[in-house]
Amino acid sequence: MSAQELGNEIYTLRVNGQSHPVQDAWIGESLLYVLRERLGLPGAKGACEQGECGSCTVVMDSQAVCSCLVMAAAAVDTEILTVEGLGENGSLTDIQQAFLAAGGVQCGFCTPGFIVAVHHLLDSNPEPSEDQIRESLSGNICRCTGYGRILEAVKIVISKRDAS
Amino acid sequence: MVEVNLHGRQPQTVISLRHVEELHEWSYRQTQQTVTIGSAVPYSVMETGKIAELVPALAQAARTVGSPQIRAAGTLGGNLGTCSPAGDSLPVLSALNAVIHLIGPQGTRDVAWGEFMLGVKKNALGSGEFVHSITVPVIQGWQGYAKVGTRNAMVIATASACLVRDTEEGLISIALGSVGPTIIRCSQAEKWLRKTNSLRAGAQINADLAVEFGRRVSDEATPIDDHRSTAAYRRHCVAILAQRLLVRSLA
Repeated sequence: MSAQELGNEIYTLRVNGQSHPVQDAWIGESLLYVLRERLGLPGAKGACEQGECGSCTVVMDSQAVCSCLVMAAAAVDTEILTVEGLGENGSLTDIQQAFLAAGGVQCGFCTPGFIVAVHHLLDSNPEPSEDQIRESLSGNICRCTGYGRILEAVKIVISKRDAS
Repeated sequence: MVEVNLHGRQPQTVISLRHVEELHEWSYRQTQQTVTIGSAVPYSVMETGKIAELVPALAQAARTVGSPQIRAAGTLGGNLGTCSPAGDSLPVLSALNAVIHLIGPQGTRDVAWGEFMLGVKKNALGSGEFVHSITVPVIQGWQGYAKVGTRNAMVIATASACLVRDTEEGLISIALGSVGPTIIRCSQAEKWLRKTNSLRAGAQINADLAVEFGRRVSDEATPIDDHRSTAAYRRHCVAILAQRLLVRSLA
């Protein structure tokens, strides 16, 4: 099929505070695909592509969503935040530092999704209970750490933010 | 999107409903005692707050959908459009006799739940029609939803059930998910219970009666063996779910 038959249109996405025109994209492409392959933002990872693993988690209009399940063209006029948009000038956030300190990163594939999910959790609920932490991360799967060190990292962030 | 990502579906036209505000709204009509929920209201909105107070079984079902990320995006419109027998909200819509409001090129029409779901992923939506909103009654009495799966989070139902006890009308309704080609409303078991027991406020239900109710409910299920479970286990599940929900409704 030609590009025209596949319904290509030019649209603009707001990602990490900047406007990104998306050109020559097929209208059915997922937000994950557009972020990675068209906008050069490979932080969100593609694994299951059916919303089960959470490694593609981004924040869209203050909600954590699986970018593989959002049609990119339907994300026009929303504010999207990816893992690339979290740190200032390339530095690590306190959440990313805590993941390193606690050993919450092993192979690293799930890490960007977890970082965004934790960022979203602590933005909306700065003092979550253990159950609330587990619940809010229930959509992110890690095959390496066994989750203990990831939960530990979240607790490190909470206590450090409390102390400062 | 899963069909696009994994099954090669190639939609050539996409209509974004994100900015159609009325689909994202819900309302409570106090005089009629009904709640109307727009088809694009996400499950995260139904889990807590006012909708959870008014329609607790829907909140419980919403809470079992996927993960927080999925609940931020998933909607009743999506469950109804897909019309999978495993759709978590669908037994609730069945047990509550929901009315589905459709909109399309010919105008609007209302379809009772019983006429909406026609089979596995088959529904009454005509060409060009989509789900606008869903109306459910606010019931006086207990209502609850229960689901069996292989784990707590991120799981598709092996079997599910919703029971609604209307103390004003003296009626109990029960609907099952994932145990047949459509959601199954157990009208025989409901009728049996009505004859056997007064279900008005204050009625007692003993353990034997609850077990028999579970057995009769499971008789109405038509489960199959598939990659998620076996017919025999699913039949067992719905008997236990029905029994537990009936006991809870009187606790």
